[in-house]
Amino acid sequence: MSVAGERTRAARVWPVVHDAQYEGSRIPSPIPTALQLPEELLESDDVLRVNFGPNHPSTHGVLRLIVDLDGESVVGLSAVIGYLHTGFEKSMEQKTWWKCVTYPERIDYVGFQNNELTFVLAVEKLLALEVPEKATWMRALLSELSRLHSHLVYLGTSALELGAISMFWYCFRERETILDLFEMVTGQRMHTRYFQIGGLAEDIPEGFYPECRKFVEWMPHALDDYLALLDRNAIWLERTKGVGVLSANDAIALGQTGPNLRASGVDWDLRRDQPYLTYDQIDFQVPVYANGDVYDRYRVRMDEMRESTRIVDQCLRRLERLRGRPWIADDRKVVLPPREELHTSMESLIHHFKIVTEGFRVPEGEVYVATESPRGEQGCYLVSEGGPKPWRVHFRAPSFAALEATATCVHETLVADLIAIVGSLDAVMGDTDR
Amino acid sequence: MTYRDLPGFVEEKEAFGETTVTIEPARIRDASEAARDALGFQMLVDIVATDYLGWGSQGVSGYIATATGRDINFPSTQGLQTLPSLKPKRFSIAYHLLAMRQPAERVRLKCWVDDGELVPSVVSVWPTADWHEREQFDLMGIRFEGHPNLARLIMDDDWEGHPLRKDYPIGGEPVRFSEAQ
Repeated sequence: MSVAGERTRAARVWPVVHDAQYEGSRIPSPIPTALQLPEELLESDDVLRVNFGPNHPSTHGVLRLIVDLDGESVVGLSAVIGYLHTGFEKSMEQKTWWKCVTYPERIDYVGFQNNELTFVLAVEKLLALEVPEKATWMRALLSELSRLHSHLVYLGTSALELGAISMFWYCFRERETILDLFEMVTGQRMHTRYFQIGGLAEDIPEGFYPECRKFVEWMPHALDDYLALLDRNAIWLERTKGVGVLSANDAIALGQTGPNLRASGVDWDLRRDQPYLTYDQIDFQVPVYANGDVYDRYRVRMDEMRESTRIVDQCLRRLERLRGRPWIADDRKVVLPPREELHTSMESLIHHFKIVTEGFRVPEGEVYVATESPRGEQGCYLVSEGGPKPWRVHFRAPSFAALEATATCVHETLVADLIAIVGSLDAVMGDTDR
Repeated sequence: MTYRDLPGFVEEKEAFGETTVTIEPARIRDASEAARDALGFQMLVDIVATDYLGWGSQGVSGYIATATGRDINFPSTQGLQTLPSLKPKRFSIAYHLLAMRQPAERVRLKCWVDDGELVPSVVSVWPTADWHEREQFDLMGIRFEGHPNLARLIMDDDWEGHPLRKDYPIGGEPVRFSEAQ
């Protein structure tokens, strides 16, 4: 396994965004989160107000856009969200800490494993709990598989919307393999609840290693196929290049993170710049593209898939040497005792009963933990009173921020490009609305 | 410039490896601008309000489950081992800022408000605050002064109440039974 040594990086100077840069910029409204039209223009016959969504196959879930059209070009836009609001944050306040683990996955149902990871890491930070090495490496592996899964769904659906139907079948073929891997490890294809507070729910099954190895060896070929299908496809290039441009300053001011930020030329990745799990021991590159258009967002995700495959490979090599090691912390106040001990040990039975009925208590305090999810910075803010239930749970949703940038991106584009742009921002509505 | 020089600085606290800087609510916009321009926190990551109504009033029993802080010789302590620290006002609003440099730096600006108290909007400092403030207004009922469009974002426009408040009923959906008609 290649472990990166001391990576040296050139000092970078970040652009500091000033108010002045937004005065009289290309966005007519005071803030670029909605494109507003003057009243007299709206009243005239030139402008047509169209309701787009909330149920439309190309809106990636239930997103509603109110679009003002002057002919084919978009002159006004405001996004309406909230159709998928399910009150996760309120629900989690009513559940004990260990029951809460099921909720975050369902918030962002495409990058589910990363959400679960963020929540579990936040609780472990409050508890100051040590997690075994094997669990940490497995978490990194599954998070990267989840990233691949998410990017494959992005690529398949975005291409489908622009008419490249075959991409959808190819992407979902590999997605199926990833879901099979998840099923093999966790028993569930999605929403696995495999990460527990303290480690993993179960040991990694022996059959996982060869299957995952097969996947790692196949995935680069699949990526070559995708590139061959798309990257010299004249229609795809025409539809994506120079469309939906988001400048670096705009991206930072609008709180963009993840692939959307890196496609705008900002070299920022939490896995490298604020490492968590074992990412500081893993060798990987961070793809950055400068143009900030739909094409660059696609390229960033394509390159990220290649890097993710490399990360999975490195994690797998490490995990193969960690066979037989513990996968969950041995802290009986937090972690359920092994099933077989319940028949022989009174102490274990008591611990089991206490954790299942009352739940364990987490010390008072507040933490914010951020990880790099497929969509960008996935943050989890927790407040604990010292009791068995969280006082406040809040998820910082990267999709929420990504949709704010829609109005900036679609300024002076055609309505057909709107589909391409919304798809390229890769917002998941469950994540946006929570 | 340090956190102490931010306009409206009240206190600086370090916990769980995170820095929390409390700011007077009326000066939060000035403090944000100073944090962005003088301290280099280019990005506003998140705005989150917390309702502390009823904080620390529940007695609970059981283990204090921490890797370091529990005492296994005294399980089942009635009530909390230590009572939660008291909060100055009902709501806290936390602004999570990120400085994208090496090493990465994060800070949490925090201000305390009572119900109905106005907080200056930071939309003019970070445009991304637009939706974040609308969300906190919608779900928690925090009023931001100077926000260009403080309308509900997540819930319906005609929704009553703010669901994430602690006094908002759970399962409070009125059900009409057939006998009542």
